[in-house]
Amino acid sequence: MQVLSYLIPISILLGGVGLLAFLYTVKSNQYDDPEGDARRILSGEWDDHPKP
Amino acid sequence: MTAAMRPQASACPACSAAPAAEALAEMAEDKEAKLALSVPTVHCALCISTIERELAKTPGVHSARVNLTLKRASVEADPEVTAADLINVLDRIGYEAHELDVGTLSATATDKAGRDLLMRLAVAGFASMNVMLLSVSVWSGAEAATRDMFHWISAAIALPTIVFSGKPFYISAWGALKHKRLNMDVPIVLAILLAVATSLWETSLSGEHAYFDAALTLTFFLLAGRYLDHRTRAVARSAAEELAALEVPRAVRVRDGEEETVQVSELAVGDMILVRPGGRMPVDGEIVEGQSELDRSLLTGETVPVFAEPGFGVSAGEVNLTGPLVIRATAVGEETSLHRMADLVAIAESGRSRYTSLADKAAKLYAPGVHILSALAFVGWYLYTFDMRTALNIAAAVLIITCPCALGLAVPAVTTAASGRLFRKGMLIKHATALERLAEVDTVVFDKTGTLTAGTPQVENLGDFARRDLEVALALAMGSSHPLSSALANAAREAGIKPAQVSDIEEVPGYGTQGRIGDTLVRLGRAAWIGAQPLAQTSAFLSVGDGQVRAFTFTDTLRDGAEDAVQGLLETGKEVLLVSGDSTGAVEALAQRLGIEKWIAEALPEDKAARVQALTDEGKRVLMVGDGLNDTAALAAAHVSISPASALDAARVASDIVLLGGDLSPIADAVVTARSATKRIRENFRIATVYNIIAVPLAVAGLATPLIAALAMSSSSITVSLNALRLR
Repeated sequence: MQVLSYLIPISILLGGVGLLAFLYTVKSNQYDDPEGDARRILSGEWDDHPKP
Repeated sequence: MTAAMRPQASACPACSAAPAAEALAEMAEDKEAKLALSVPTVHCALCISTIERELAKTPGVHSARVNLTLKRASVEADPEVTAADLINVLDRIGYEAHELDVGTLSATATDKAGRDLLMRLAVAGFASMNVMLLSVSVWSGAEAATRDMFHWISAAIALPTIVFSGKPFYISAWGALKHKRLNMDVPIVLAILLAVATSLWETSLSGEHAYFDAALTLTFFLLAGRYLDHRTRAVARSAAEELAALEVPRAVRVRDGEEETVQVSELAVGDMILVRPGGRMPVDGEIVEGQSELDRSLLTGETVPVFAEPGFGVSAGEVNLTGPLVIRATAVGEETSLHRMADLVAIAESGRSRYTSLADKAAKLYAPGVHILSALAFVGWYLYTFDMRTALNIAAAVLIITCPCALGLAVPAVTTAASGRLFRKGMLIKHATALERLAEVDTVVFDKTGTLTAGTPQVENLGDFARRDLEVALALAMGSSHPLSSALANAAREAGIKPAQVSDIEEVPGYGTQGRIGDTLVRLGRAAWIGAQPLAQTSAFLSVGDGQVRAFTFTDTLRDGAEDAVQGLLETGKEVLLVSGDSTGAVEALAQRLGIEKWIAEALPEDKAARVQALTDEGKRVLMVGDGLNDTAALAAAHVSISPASALDAARVASDIVLLGGDLSPIADAVVTARSATKRIRENFRIATVYNIIAVPLAVAGLATPLIAALAMSSSSITVSLNALRLR
C-alpha cells in the first residue's frame, strides 16, 4: 500500500492543475464569445504573425 | 497629470507649458471613447475579419472586436469618432448596424456574478470528484489505517471547499435568518455544516462513516442549480439591456442659433430642442417653432395623427412626423409625463409581489419539516441510547438525505429548458416567476395600436379612385415621408400607377403636400386644409382643383401572427378582451376581424389598469399584452404581461416577457409551454418527495450509510434533470 502515498498526491495535483487551468480560462474571458472563437480559428488572417 | 496642472514657479514659460500640454494630451488619451454597435447580420468567420479590418482602418479607431455570440462590435476610438461614422463604414461593406448606448450595457457587472458562481461550481466539482473517488475505495472495503487516511485526505479537501463554494448559501441563509424567516438555504447550510462537523468528529475517533462526499456533492448539485438559474436570467437581462441600449438617449439642443447633440440627461428646463421628422420627443415641452403632425399612439393608443403648431404642448415619447419642430423644455428627466407614469406602475406592481413561486411554496412546507424531523431523530436516539455520537450521526444523516438537492434543481432545470425553448421562438422571459404565472392565465387583455396592429397604415379604398386621381396622389405622396403618404405611395406603386407630372411639389409641415398641374393647385393632406369634413377614421384627403374632395381611408395592418395568437388563445378556452385608447369605430372593426367579442374603446390609461384590476378582483388571472405608455400601468397590474420589442422602454420594463420578433403567434404557444413547464416542476417535486419517503425512514432508523446517501442524492438529482429535459 506504500504506493498510495505517491499516487494520491500525484492524482490530486494533476486534478488541481486541471482546475487551475479552467479557472484561468474563466478569468481571461475565454467564454465570452464561444461562437466567435469557434469561427475565428478557421480564419488564416493572423497565422503568420500575431494580431498587433 | 495633477502635478503638471499645479501652477509652477518657473523662469521659462515654455518649461511649464510643455508638461501642461503633455498633461492635456494625456487627458485626451484617457478619454478614449468606447463605442458599441449591434450588428445583427454578422454570421461567419469572414464577417468577423472583414468587419474588424474595416473598422480598424477607419481613422481614429484604436481597436475593434466583434463578438459573434452577442452579434456586437465593440470599438475603442478617439473621442471625436462617432457611432454614425462607424455605422456608415459598416453600411458600405454591407452590414446593417445600430448604435448601442454603452452606459446601458452593464454586462460586465452581471457577468462578474456569473463568473463567481462558475468558479465556485468548478471548485466544488473538482473537490467532490476527488472525495467521491476516495469514498468509493472506503465503501469497497478499505479498513483501519487506510480508511482513516482516506477520511483525513477527504477532510483536507472538503473543509476549504465547503468554506469557499458554500458562500452563496451562507449569505442567503443568514439573510433569511436575520429577518426571522426560513428559506431553502437554511436546511442546506445546516446539513452541510452538520455533515462536515460530525464527519470530522467521526474521523478523529477512527469512525466508519464520514459524509464529506455527501456534503460536497450536495454543494455541487445545488450550485449547478444556482448557476443554471443565473444563466437563464443573465441571458434575459443582457437581451433586455440590448433593447434598451438601442435607444440612445440623445437630443439636439439649439443654443444661440447653433445646434449641438447632447445626452438627454443633460437637458434642462427652458432649453430649446430641435426634433427632426421621425424623431421622438425627449422631454415634455411646448412648441415654439415649426408645424407638424404628431403620432401619439404610444402614449394614448390613438392612430390618427394630431396637428401641432407653436404653443402646442408635447409630451416625451410622442413622434414628430412631418416638419422639424423646436420645442422649449418644460419638464425634463424624472419630471416628464413618461416618468410620472412610473409611479402608477409602482403602485400597480405592489399587487404582483404577493405572488409566491412554487419553489417558495415548497420551501415553506419543506424547511420546517426537515428541521423538526432531524431534531426528533436526534432527541429520540439520544433518549434511546444516551450516546451523543450516535444521535448526532443520525441527525446529520437525516438532514443530508432529506436535503433539497433535487428540489434545488427542480425549478431551475425546468425554467432553463423552457426559457431556452421560448427564446428560440423569440420570447424573452425577464422575470423569474413569469413562466409559473403565465401557466395560470385564464383571461387575456390585448391593446390594439402597436400590439395587435403593426402601427403601419394601409390604404383601404384605392379601388374607388379614378386612375388620373391616383397618379396625382402618388406624385404628391412621393414628396413626403409622412407614414400615410408612404403607405399611399407604396400601395399606388404596387397597383401599377405611374406618378403624374406635378410641378412645384412642396410639403407644408402639419398640413400635407401640394403642387401644381399647369395652373391648378392640387393638394393631399388634412381635412381642414383641403376644406373637407374630417372622418372618424384615419384618412388623407385629395383635391385636384375641380372643387371635389376625395378621401383615402386607412386601416392599420395587423401584426404578423395576431390572428393566430388570438385564435390559439380562444381555442384553449381563454377569455380574450380588446382594450384600446383608439376611437370606437376602429376598435370595433378590429375586434370583429379577429373574432374578439368583448372590446372597450377610448380607454384612458387609468381605465385600462382599472379594468385589469376589476378582472383580477373577480378572481381571473390576467395576461396583459400591450406596448404603449398608456398600457404601462395595466401591464404592471396584470398577473403576467407581455410587450413587443417595439414597445416603449417603460412598457418593456413593466412587462415580464418581451416578444423579440414582430410576430405575435408565439404567445399562444408560450402559454402551452408554460403550462407543461409548471407540470414538470410539480412532477419534479413529486419525484424528490418519493425519494425522501423511501430514504428518510432508513435514515431515521439509523440504517443509512454514506453510500445510501450518495446514491439517493445523485439519482434523485439526475432523475429531476432528465425529467426537465423531457419538456416539449
